[in-house]
Amino acid sequence: MGNILEMRSITKTFPGVKALEDVNLAVRTGEIHAICGENGAGKSTLMKVLSGVYPAGSYDGEIVYDGDPVSFGGIRDSEQVGIVIIHQELALVPYLSIAENIFLGNERRGRAGLIDWNRAHSEAETLLRSVGLRENPETPVGQLGVGKQQLVEIAKALSKNVRLLILDEPTAALNDTDSEHLLGLLRDLRERGITCIMISHKLGEIITIADRVTVIRDGRTVETLDMAAGEVTQDRIIRGMVGRDLDSYYPERASHPGEEVLRVEDWTVWHPSQDRKVVDGAAFDVRAGEVVGIAGLMGAGRTELAMSIFGRSWGRNISGRLFVHGKEVRARSVPEAIDHGIAYATEDRKHYGLNLIEDIRRNVSAAALGKLSRRGWVNGNEETKVAEASRRSMNIKAPTVSSVVGKLSGGNQQKVVLSKWLYTDPEVLILDEPTRGIDVGAKYEIYTIINRLVADGKAVVVISSELPELLGICDRIYTLSAGRITGQLPVREATQENLMELMTQDKEVAA
Amino acid sequence: MTKTVPQTEEITPAPGAAQQDKERAKGGGLLGLVTANLRTSGIYIAFVAIVALFAVLTGGDSLSPDNLTNMVLQYSYILVLAIGMVIVIIAGHIDLSVGSVVALTGAVSAVLVIQQGMPYWVGIVAALAVGIAVGAWHGLWVAYVGIPAFIVTLAGMLLFRGLTLQVLDNVSLSPFPREYGRIATGFLNGLLGGYGYDAFTLLIGAVAVAGYAVSGWRARTARIRYDQPVESLDLFLLKVVAVGVVVMAFAWQLAHSRGLPIVLIVLAVLVLVYGLVTTRTVFGRQVYAIGGNLPAAMLSGVKVKKVNFWIFVNMGFLAAIAGIIYSSRMNGAQPAAGEMFELDAIAAAFIGGAAVTGGVGTVVGAMVGGLIMAVMTNGMQLMGIEQQVQMVVKGLVLLLAVAFDVYNKRRAGASR
Repeated sequence: MGNILEMRSITKTFPGVKALEDVNLAVRTGEIHAICGENGAGKSTLMKVLSGVYPAGSYDGEIVYDGDPVSFGGIRDSEQVGIVIIHQELALVPYLSIAENIFLGNERRGRAGLIDWNRAHSEAETLLRSVGLRENPETPVGQLGVGKQQLVEIAKALSKNVRLLILDEPTAALNDTDSEHLLGLLRDLRERGITCIMISHKLGEIITIADRVTVIRDGRTVETLDMAAGEVTQDRIIRGMVGRDLDSYYPERASHPGEEVLRVEDWTVWHPSQDRKVVDGAAFDVRAGEVVGIAGLMGAGRTELAMSIFGRSWGRNISGRLFVHGKEVRARSVPEAIDHGIAYATEDRKHYGLNLIEDIRRNVSAAALGKLSRRGWVNGNEETKVAEASRRSMNIKAPTVSSVVGKLSGGNQQKVVLSKWLYTDPEVLILDEPTRGIDVGAKYEIYTIINRLVADGKAVVVISSELPELLGICDRIYTLSAGRITGQLPVREATQENLMELMTQDKEVAA
Repeated sequence: MTKTVPQTEEITPAPGAAQQDKERAKGGGLLGLVTANLRTSGIYIAFVAIVALFAVLTGGDSLSPDNLTNMVLQYSYILVLAIGMVIVIIAGHIDLSVGSVVALTGAVSAVLVIQQGMPYWVGIVAALAVGIAVGAWHGLWVAYVGIPAFIVTLAGMLLFRGLTLQVLDNVSLSPFPREYGRIATGFLNGLLGGYGYDAFTLLIGAVAVAGYAVSGWRARTARIRYDQPVESLDLFLLKVVAVGVVVMAFAWQLAHSRGLPIVLIVLAVLVLVYGLVTTRTVFGRQVYAIGGNLPAAMLSGVKVKKVNFWIFVNMGFLAAIAGIIYSSRMNGAQPAAGEMFELDAIAAAFIGGAAVTGGVGTVVGAMVGGLIMAVMTNGMQLMGIEQQVQMVVKGLVLLLAVAFDVYNKRRAGASR
């Protein structure tokens, strides 16, 4: 079996930084080849070089495809020879139908150059069947879930006679069922002779599906591991990614829960536009110095529960009782929730957490400007001092607090979000997916910060899709299924298996 | 505690940004400062270049005492509108109705003062009340009902033009009593005497320069006290001297003509107040936060509806001031007053660096943007260039200014 692709000593420089240095990648025909590396290691840059997003000439090195050296001037050139890239953020038009999306830019023309819709729809149906998606090709893409949209993207790639399919974090936004389906489909494609390059953070997934793994660190290739040659474990890959063994993913912490800080009783939330309950009679509590986890599958109502508690910022017809330090409080708006000492760090920091065009200073102060102002006038110097203190204590890697937040890495952005909420001096912090999309080293830092908070007597609620993370950092874990709390386990009794069982419980009954 | 954190995240975020910040922190020379902040300083360079260009093309006429005085009188109301407009734009909205509101407020004032014979201050108070009411109307629809400002103010543009015609019964009203006319055409002159020049104007100019230097110095010492990077002392002094020379030269020319225009005082106070409001108050911060990322602002506890409401009330208030100045200058109210003013105000904000997507812009930038348009229009008029050519040139300048802005952003983004 020969190599379909060889990238030889690729070097790509941006003003002031070497993103890739002497990177080599060889992909065999018909294999699933995974690429691993921390955020910022250069994986996406490498794929952009390959697909022609960065045209030939803007990088050094050689790309050999099918035995011939190639130079792509743009995506169209690479698609011509069957290289198709599917980006992490899907590139579908929500208001167009599935068929229109599949043939976008590649329309099926009939006579007189008009689009032949009959042909487009029948071809689309064939393509949808081959990716296992049973949907009408005329359905607008916006009505599909993320998992199905991902399949539409693959169908679109197939319509271009793809031979080398590149997937950037394909399962990042998918739930387990959709992920399973997608991985199955990739195996299917392999059977049909389509080579696949997959960038993923989910090492478990890589181990089950990939034939070989190339590890990239700091813009250089570290190694390529062959799954068939011997046992490759997650730890083995992580060692390559971070350059050393992580003796522990989770920092140690002594647990001394104190007084109850937040209690929620009989909390029910209705969907803002549909006639159904998203959270149904949920109840939980958190103590000072305690980390409480909320585990649930996608759609279980985790974020909805958190946001409705945080000043009713999601949903309608919210009912239930909220106690802070044993006293019932009303938090009908975000400012009221903040006043009662509740803080909520969103799962989507780019869209809901940060003002990306502003600097660190103004983001840190955004939720507590009142503390920095007298009669409506902001004390800019004091603000700088506060932000500077956060930058140091949180170890935010930026030269000054005037650095624009949009240019920081994911881990550092998350530290800015945490700084913002800590400055409101909250009693309880609700952290929604606090480590999503950030790399292993930064995750460890976030965990350390959480530990520091609880050591200071704060109460922390962590919502996470990653069960090992919850098991690693929590004292207690609640499970949520279809809007109901289905269980509560102290961490020493919890395992991934019994949590998963609780997370899937009652689903049919509730639905 | 943080020291125990493993230093695995070695990738420093976007070294391009880091470098830029370092340069800024160093202070550097003037050149370094200019290249590091091309986006913000480009507008000032362009302004100086355009002033110089027209000074040469008109053989110095454009900088003559009488012409400078004229320009102040002629463009003050556009600049007043631009102050409100840039705030609206920073928050991610737009206001297409201000021209009609200028007409309506002027018309109401004219009906009361000219037709009903009421004292001139009644006209002023009524115009302000009408402007605030119009702003509240827009704010209500935009903030509380949730209709995009483009639609609300497009409707307002028709609505308030219609009301203007109704109020004026479709005829022009003039003239205003003398006191009313003084607002836009009056001068403070001879208060302190002077031989052929007005000492009072020079004094006010000197006070302004001194105020600039003192406040700059105080901000500088405060930054040093808080251990923040500052520009080098030489550069600071250079800036003060440059501002001093420009302001005093301007005051000198005004003093040689008719003295200090009253509208200039009004405008200066507004620029000062709104400059501070946008940069130093909680309200100002919230405007930027809403424009920068609306959901994030909401989840940070910003009362978005309230802020949006007051942004439009404020726009109505400033439109009323512009309406008073304009009607005073025109010495009457016409049904077609203020047409296209909204476009001039919007252009001023965008030339001055405001972003179409919101979250970016400054009052001072909008003022310079407005002045660029003013200097160009005035210069071309002095040169006797036809109206049609003037419009083409102004259109191209607007387009190029925004293109320059987009280019700069892309350049900054490429280092990511």
